[in-house]
Amino acid sequence: MSSPAASGSSGPTSVEYIQHHLHNNSIGDGGFWVLNLDTLFYSWLLAGVLMYIAYTMGKTMTSETPSGGQNVLEAIVEFVQQQIKDIFPGSNPLIGPLALTIFMWVFLMNAMDMLPVDLLPQLGQLVGINYMKVVPTTDLSTTFALAISVFALIIYYNIKIKGPIGYLKMFLFHPFGKYMIPVNVIMTSIEEIAKPISLGLRLFGNMFAGELIFMLIALLGGASLFGLIPQIAFGTAWAIFHILVITLQAFIFMLLTIVYLAMAHQDMEDQEH
Amino acid sequence: MSITATLIGQIITFAILVWFIGKYLWEPMTQMMDDRKKRIADGLAAAERGVHEQELAEQKVIERLKEAKEQAAEILALAQKRGAEIIEDAKDDAKAEGARLITAANAEIEQEVNRAKESLRAQVVDITLAAAGKIVKKEIDAKTHGDLLKDVVGQI
Repeated sequence: MSSPAASGSSGPTSVEYIQHHLHNNSIGDGGFWVLNLDTLFYSWLLAGVLMYIAYTMGKTMTSETPSGGQNVLEAIVEFVQQQIKDIFPGSNPLIGPLALTIFMWVFLMNAMDMLPVDLLPQLGQLVGINYMKVVPTTDLSTTFALAISVFALIIYYNIKIKGPIGYLKMFLFHPFGKYMIPVNVIMTSIEEIAKPISLGLRLFGNMFAGELIFMLIALLGGASLFGLIPQIAFGTAWAIFHILVITLQAFIFMLLTIVYLAMAHQDMEDQEH
Repeated sequence: MSITATLIGQIITFAILVWFIGKYLWEPMTQMMDDRKKRIADGLAAAERGVHEQELAEQKVIERLKEAKEQAAEILALAQKRGAEIIEDAKDDAKAEGARLITAANAEIEQEVNRAKESLRAQVVDITLAAAGKIVKKEIDAKTHGDLLKDVVGQI
């Protein structure tokens, strides 16, 4: 994780180093209409990896003697299935693939964090790419892309299951009954809007903070030769701890998606009881 | 560090990825796992049934064995009885045969005796004729006196 670019005296300062690392490689004129090429590249790369695995595994899997990768995937699929079975009422053909995709894709994007912070950006600089953020989930665009997709599904299923009037009733009479309609509308609106925001920000915050700490640890080694020892020690400890964080965040995102969609699938009568 | 148009790209990517994984991984794999679950359940049920059937078969075998033993004992008893009967019959036959043989032998002996008597008689006739001839010194006509002598001999 050490890098010559991280040295305090000869290269950029610590602040510059971190700012450099937090800069997306983007095109566009600023504001909303910007494309973060690095985020798109890595998330597409990982999506491609997932598609490749899914396609080959779907073609070659056998019911008789599963081995290797198939066992791993079966374990993941079974785990996701179990979560859905525990939480989700009834059945929905979309919920399974959705939860599985969120879990695996978010996990893989998070796992980019495990690569040394300077490895890919340095390689990129060798071929003339100045800025590169390798962890797509440290980009708010990615986390909110997922959160907003889930939010759209929440609204869709709310309307589909409860009906437009039932959904409206949920805003009017929930949680305090019919005599507190203005309060109810505000409360329920906040509750609903908090769902995608908390989903998106939680993932982003965890991954961003984790990445930042990796950068700070990387700076230790750059300061002096003696800094290498704490850098290796902290870097190892944080990386091991981070294995837990990336898995947990992927799991939480998946679980909350299932929970929110399960809530959307419940009728008003069920909620009142 | 703000939400940008990347979001749209990511949403599209996400939608495609969900569709793709649903079609090529989730559906076939859950289907396969369900099938496997069912097959395992069927297999276990079949094994259970097999064990049950084996028990039944064992019971049947024991019953058959018992039956066979009984039959064998019956057959044996019958055979012994029959054997005894045959022996008895053989004994009776032997006795009868013995008696018959004795009778036949006796008859034969009697015949022999008779035959001996006959030949003796004939010889006696011859001898008597010769002796009488010598005594009478006259040729006795065997033809005329033979009948007379035969009567005499018959009375011996």
